[in-house]
Amino acid sequence: MRKRLIGLMTAAAALALTAPVQAQEKFKACWIYVGSIGDFGFSFQHDQGRLEVEKEFGDKVETAYLENVSEGPDAARSFERMARDGCKIIFGTSFGFMDAELEVAKKFPDVKFEHATGFKTSENMGVYNIRFYEGRYVSGQIAAKQSKAGVAGYIVSFPIPEVVMGINSFMLGAQSVNPDFKLKIVWINSWFDPGKEADAAKALFDQGADIIVQHTDSTAPLQIAQERGLHGFGQAADMAKFAPQAQLTAVVNNWGPYYVSRVKAAMDGDWKAESLWEGFKDNIIYMAPYTNVPDEVATEAEATVEKIKGGWNPFTGPVAKQDGSEWLKEGEVADDQTLLGMNFYVKGIDDKLPQ
Amino acid sequence: MDIWVSILLTIATAATPLLIAAIGELVAERAGVLNLGVEGMMIMGAVGGFGAGYLTGSPWIGVLAAIIIGVLFSLLFAFMTLTLATNQVATGLSLTILGLGLSGMLGTSFVGLPGQRLPNLDIPGLTSLPVVGRLLFGQDPIFYLSIALVVAVTWFLFRSRKGLTMRAIGDSHTSAHALGISVIRYRYLAVMFGGACAGLAGAHLSLVYTPQWVENMSAGRGWIALALVVFASWRPWRVLAGAYIFGAIWIGQLHVQAIDLSSFANSSWLIYQPIALVKSLPSQFLSSLPYLATIVVLVLISRNKRLTMMNTPASLAQPFVPER
Repeated sequence: MRKRLIGLMTAAAALALTAPVQAQEKFKACWIYVGSIGDFGFSFQHDQGRLEVEKEFGDKVETAYLENVSEGPDAARSFERMARDGCKIIFGTSFGFMDAELEVAKKFPDVKFEHATGFKTSENMGVYNIRFYEGRYVSGQIAAKQSKAGVAGYIVSFPIPEVVMGINSFMLGAQSVNPDFKLKIVWINSWFDPGKEADAAKALFDQGADIIVQHTDSTAPLQIAQERGLHGFGQAADMAKFAPQAQLTAVVNNWGPYYVSRVKAAMDGDWKAESLWEGFKDNIIYMAPYTNVPDEVATEAEATVEKIKGGWNPFTGPVAKQDGSEWLKEGEVADDQTLLGMNFYVKGIDDKLPQ
Repeated sequence: MDIWVSILLTIATAATPLLIAAIGELVAERAGVLNLGVEGMMIMGAVGGFGAGYLTGSPWIGVLAAIIIGVLFSLLFAFMTLTLATNQVATGLSLTILGLGLSGMLGTSFVGLPGQRLPNLDIPGLTSLPVVGRLLFGQDPIFYLSIALVVAVTWFLFRSRKGLTMRAIGDSHTSAHALGISVIRYRYLAVMFGGACAGLAGAHLSLVYTPQWVENMSAGRGWIALALVVFASWRPWRVLAGAYIFGAIWIGQLHVQAIDLSSFANSSWLIYQPIALVKSLPSQFLSSLPYLATIVVLVLISRNKRLTMMNTPASLAQPFVPER
């Protein structure tokens, strides 16, 4: 037993010696995904970004990824493994990796860390995020125009600020068209479970919604919409081919250009830990083609996108909180800090926010 | 009324894969084999069913392929645990892990492809009947198969000679062996039946429930099926009840979340109060209700030691080596 152990240790040492040699030849960039790259949603889109990095730099980079990494303290092992494997820059792509990633970042000061959708940073850990809510505002407007019942169903995962922000923005978009618009919200407490997402979609349609929105990652809800001859929005990716008659549009996450620029900065030695929160104007999200909607709805949606690109924020007052108290005064714009910690609904949403 | 029909249909769809996988596992466990690889066999069935359905254009061939793949995958488990007499718990767990990984790899090229859906039954005249029409005559074929399986397995286990033999093996493989019964052969067949059922349950996921292939789409349903077998104290009809209770709690809580309380304002308090109460509970709690229910039942069952002993196959999960 002892002999074997020593043998193993020698092998490990040999590996450790050879690893840096390889790393000198190529710049290694690594990704950690919460889901599988086959989810055709959130993680899939991140992986498309990784492939863009490979395409851009060719032989100069080497990429690696780990998928299906659980959120929470356990994720630290995965980050540590990546850091030890010679990764020079590591992208952690889910909110729940935040603390684990920060902890590992402290241990490896020479490795650059980037964390998506979080808010904690350090010397060598930056955060990046998409203003998803900009896209959801546009979806909300379209939903209110296209819904006959005036009711949309919203399938959600976990009550984190990101998700709450999305619900609020969608509702504000819908209210800008129809002040009495109603939203039915169902929490399924999972990011990815096609079966549960389909069940939730059926329940929402049964309860009278005729448009479905989701903040979960599979295409199942849209497929149910298609089966019932109703409509919905794609999530993270253009899901039109799953539901060609049902998808109205999708808010598409376009991480590629961002990843390319960050990997380039790291290769050139210009990388700094930053907090970036980009939206339509940076082309990190865009709306998928508007389908199954009249032309004028598509035109108006595009106009809203342009307005947001021009600097207008969907969270511009007057906006009241759910209980009717004032949140934003006329013309007042929500600051990023409030948005990133959002834990309340806006007026008109009939649901109790799980705490 | 329509909404109730629709709710019942949704419950049936949610319960069917659990029921099928659990009934297969029940047979294996009745023969004394604990196969924790249900999740792995199910996901292999799902990817195989989707793939075959997609490539041939026929969801029926998909179903058949899923069953065959489930059987083949279970044979791997059977060979390890029965022929080589490895530890069943460890082997079952590794079967699940292998299945989840392998299916992801095999399915890479199927990701993002719209799949085939097994058509629902449609009998002219009957399916269009009000209320009962869609419930009794308008569901997917695998639903009917699942009910038939419960009937068939009940008959086999409790009304046929071979079923009696199988239960005897599950209770004491040494005695059965002494009587000249081929323990290993029976167990192989029981495990293969379990594999076929798990594969079929997988086909239901990728050809009916959500007609698509995505990695990890079984999302723990194999484990729920395993729990259901214990929940049902190894009785087929209780598995059926358990699967539907499980489905009903799950779908019910989704509806309660979506329900507009104000539309019940004029109802009697008997209806209003319970809905208001459930609606005020946090959704995380509601989501965990089916699992809590399982634990509660398990606790209740295990309170009566004699009853537990009577129902549990006595040689469950024990390796059997004929020479001993």
